[in-house]
Amino acid sequence: MDLLEYQGKQLFAEHGVATPSGIHATTVDEAVAAAEEIGYPCVVKAQVAIGKRGKAGGIKIAADEAEARSHSEAILGMDIRGFTVYDLWIEGASDIANEYYASVILDRSEKKLLAMLSRMGGMDVEEIAESDPAAMVKRHIEPGAPLDLEVAREMAYEAQIDDDVVDGVAEMLVQLGEVAIAEDATLIEINPLIVTAEREVVALDAKITIDGNAMFRHEELAEFSDKSPQDPQEAMAKEKGLTYVKLDGNVGILGNGAGLCMSTLDVVAQAGGDPANFLDAGGGSKAEAIVDALEVITSDPKVTAVLFNIFGGITRCDEVAKGIIEATKQIGLTLPLVVRLDGTNSEEGLELLADAGLKNLHNEKTMLGAAARVVELANA
Amino acid sequence: MAIIIDNDTKLVVSGLTGREGTFHGLRNRDYGTDLVAGVTPGKGGQDVEGVPVFDSIKEAVDERGANTSMVFVPARFAAAAIDEAIDSGVDTVIAITEGIPVHDMLKTYWKAREAGVRLIGPNCPGVLSPGKANVGIIPAQFFDPGSIGVVSKSGTLTYQIGNELKHAGAGNSTIVGIGGDPIVGSDFIDVLTLFEEDPETEMIVMVGEIGGDAEERAADFIAENVTKPVVGYIAGFTAPPGKQMGHAGAIISGSSGTAQAKKDALEAKGVRVGTSPTEAAQIAVQILND
Repeated sequence: MDLLEYQGKQLFAEHGVATPSGIHATTVDEAVAAAEEIGYPCVVKAQVAIGKRGKAGGIKIAADEAEARSHSEAILGMDIRGFTVYDLWIEGASDIANEYYASVILDRSEKKLLAMLSRMGGMDVEEIAESDPAAMVKRHIEPGAPLDLEVAREMAYEAQIDDDVVDGVAEMLVQLGEVAIAEDATLIEINPLIVTAEREVVALDAKITIDGNAMFRHEELAEFSDKSPQDPQEAMAKEKGLTYVKLDGNVGILGNGAGLCMSTLDVVAQAGGDPANFLDAGGGSKAEAIVDALEVITSDPKVTAVLFNIFGGITRCDEVAKGIIEATKQIGLTLPLVVRLDGTNSEEGLELLADAGLKNLHNEKTMLGAAARVVELANA
Repeated sequence: MAIIIDNDTKLVVSGLTGREGTFHGLRNRDYGTDLVAGVTPGKGGQDVEGVPVFDSIKEAVDERGANTSMVFVPARFAAAAIDEAIDSGVDTVIAITEGIPVHDMLKTYWKAREAGVRLIGPNCPGVLSPGKANVGIIPAQFFDPGSIGVVSKSGTLTYQIGNELKHAGAGNSTIVGIGGDPIVGSDFIDVLTLFEEDPETEMIVMVGEIGGDAEERAADFIAENVTKPVVGYIAGFTAPPGKQMGHAGAIISGSSGTAQAKKDALEAKGVRVGTSPTEAAQIAVQILND
């Protein structure tokens, strides 16, 4: 789960990581009131889970009430690379002397947390890595232990952080490691981590990803995830507990198992089709889950045909067939459905489908055959 | 031979008394796996269809000679159950449970490494050595005994490929589901090493998917260390960056971890990569029959 900047900063504040004080707003009036309380100059920041907000015009400095209002009006509802702005964060403008970069991320290859520090803040990590790889100082954090303050100091020296703030920057890096462990974060990035004119070390941004598998022990974070997804199908899928990802095409897809489902998208694309979604019905799907899944997929107005690619292991094909029949009745589906059932109880499943005599149903024996067929029907 | 599990496997199942644990544990026994014990704290002394249940894995090891543990307990307790298995004296731990927090796995991964215990999973379908033993949830009916080793991040995709191999008359030495989580106990490289050493395995099919760099590292390893032919398949060419595709690990961040990058890395090292599960199986059979 990706936290928005203001949520990340609230989490930082709880752990004693210095951030500029700010106020969350969802309307122009709230934003103006927040600006009045904070004083001027202040910054109006779009809250979306994507980078480069500044370049997109999503971060603006307001010198007075009129500017706070006009900036808030401009930014709220703005589209930043596919993300609509519903939230604003108003904070006091900082007097920036230095811009650094600090992060703690999960390094999958080494199976450890990795702390990174650079004096070249404000740019992308990729840009820093490209322009000056030596400028990014990296150290692994040993599992089960916090980042050692001495190690963090070494990193700061190596990164050529200004001498007078080496301790402050090192301490913040140690805090990031602590936050990562305490909050089950797989990514904590501060870019820029600033030094103010008064030589204070402050997190000016906060990018935090929390491991979704660990949410059971972070009930207080649940409110952050309640942000309604911006897509109606994704919202519906979430409500029904389905693993659904919306894509741009017109071929609806349902598979069982994440790998097979991804593979299904690929073969549909290879057949010249354009997948509308990823939907993993999961292991052991029962008929009701299939009904739910079909409802979500077909509620996308772009979808013109649906492919069921099921290889039953634990999932029983007869249950899937029952779901298809039930859904067709309930939703009154007329879209072409291409069904490929293989594996456990596939014969029973195919028999049920044959008996139901659904006019919009097309059986295919193989995955590739089914992909070709659904593309043909979707584009007919 | 085969790898990881075989006729000498003596299985203890943590969570045997749970619904899923009972179902799959007994299915594994029906297949011929020597299921010697179950473990559920507080239920020691009971039995599940004749399989004795103990309070701890250690007791199952001491009293029943268990050497392989399967973990089927709920996610929030699973890392502790794996840790217990590592300390109990078994050689191999196969963790089926999905949804284990990654920070838990960071600790457990290193614990297993330091103890020299082989950990497979979590969030994996398990391991099947056709005709010998089945530990986990892999439906054995889609696989025949044979000489192709399969190692895969994905369950159903493996069944798909295994079934196509079977229809083409080829079988498998062992099928290993390593799981799709960001941190898994055994990676492609660990399993490729075992297949390379296994006399029964003549060739290897490796099934990867987007996320991480395990496939890229495997490509380098294959070039240096694997003499047997390897056929690859990668899922997720159409996955958009930044979106998680079901498996916790299946998310592309930045420019790395894409299906294309993985395919390119494997092909650069001479591994043939099928464009679909069907084609991967066809290439494997073709190599085997040459």
